[in-house]
Amino acid sequence: MATTKLGFIVQRPGLKSENQKLALTHAIASQSVEIYLDDDDEVLCDVAFIGDGVLNCIKDQKTLENYDLNSTESHVKMGLLCDLNIFVCKEDLEKFGLSESDIVMDANEIGGDMDVRVVPYDEITKMMEEMNHLLFF
Amino acid sequence: MGKLTIGCFASLVGSTNLDFAVKLSAAALEKGHKVDLWVSGNGTMISIEDQRPFKDYSSLQKPLEELMAKGLNVTACEACAEARGYHENNTLEGVKRFSMDWYLGSAFDADRMLHIGGE
Repeated sequence: MATTKLGFIVQRPGLKSENQKLALTHAIASQSVEIYLDDDDEVLCDVAFIGDGVLNCIKDQKTLENYDLNSTESHVKMGLLCDLNIFVCKEDLEKFGLSESDIVMDANEIGGDMDVRVVPYDEITKMMEEMNHLLFF
Repeated sequence: MGKLTIGCFASLVGSTNLDFAVKLSAAALEKGHKVDLWVSGNGTMISIEDQRPFKDYSSLQKPLEELMAKGLNVTACEACAEARGYHENNTLEGVKRFSMDWYLGSAFDADRMLHIGGE
């Protein structure tokens, strides 16, 4: 059995590009990657929002109403539903005057068990050191 | 020899990131490495056939065809391509189209991975 760990680092804000959504959809694709792998092999994906990227996690996004597009918020919740580890940088959140109460923290309403983890950047650095490959979006 | 997985999400026109990815692929193949090139988002533009070369815009159809003949494995994100109107019937011969899990599957046994995000 072998495991490859991929770290998806989202550092750019939403709506100006599709980076944040592509990061999440690619990470969520780890749920079906086994069709390309041998039995018991796996790819695990962690996602971290840092810098301006933390703005992607603000809750009550209205992109469906305004642009007829799924919100990044819904993608974050889907990631939690798929049991991805999702981190948000505490210092960068505070830089914008935001706190846990301003961002999506769980996906309870769709049956997700995982919570977003707001952590100091040091902890995100440790996560990155544990990854085999890092993908910056 | 190793395996290199390159993901490029930048567009063919408006950026030279895809040019760099193709040149890096060529260099790695030349050294005998296996190379997987995944294009997603605007990067799927490289998968369309009948690109007309102008000197003011990047044009990678010819070098891409030459590299695929040497073993470069090119796959485009099917959903990203379809969203842009790039369909199976106007896809460059040799370019495969799969869902995003293909990229992760390629990353699984890659010795090195280079991810070039979109603009």
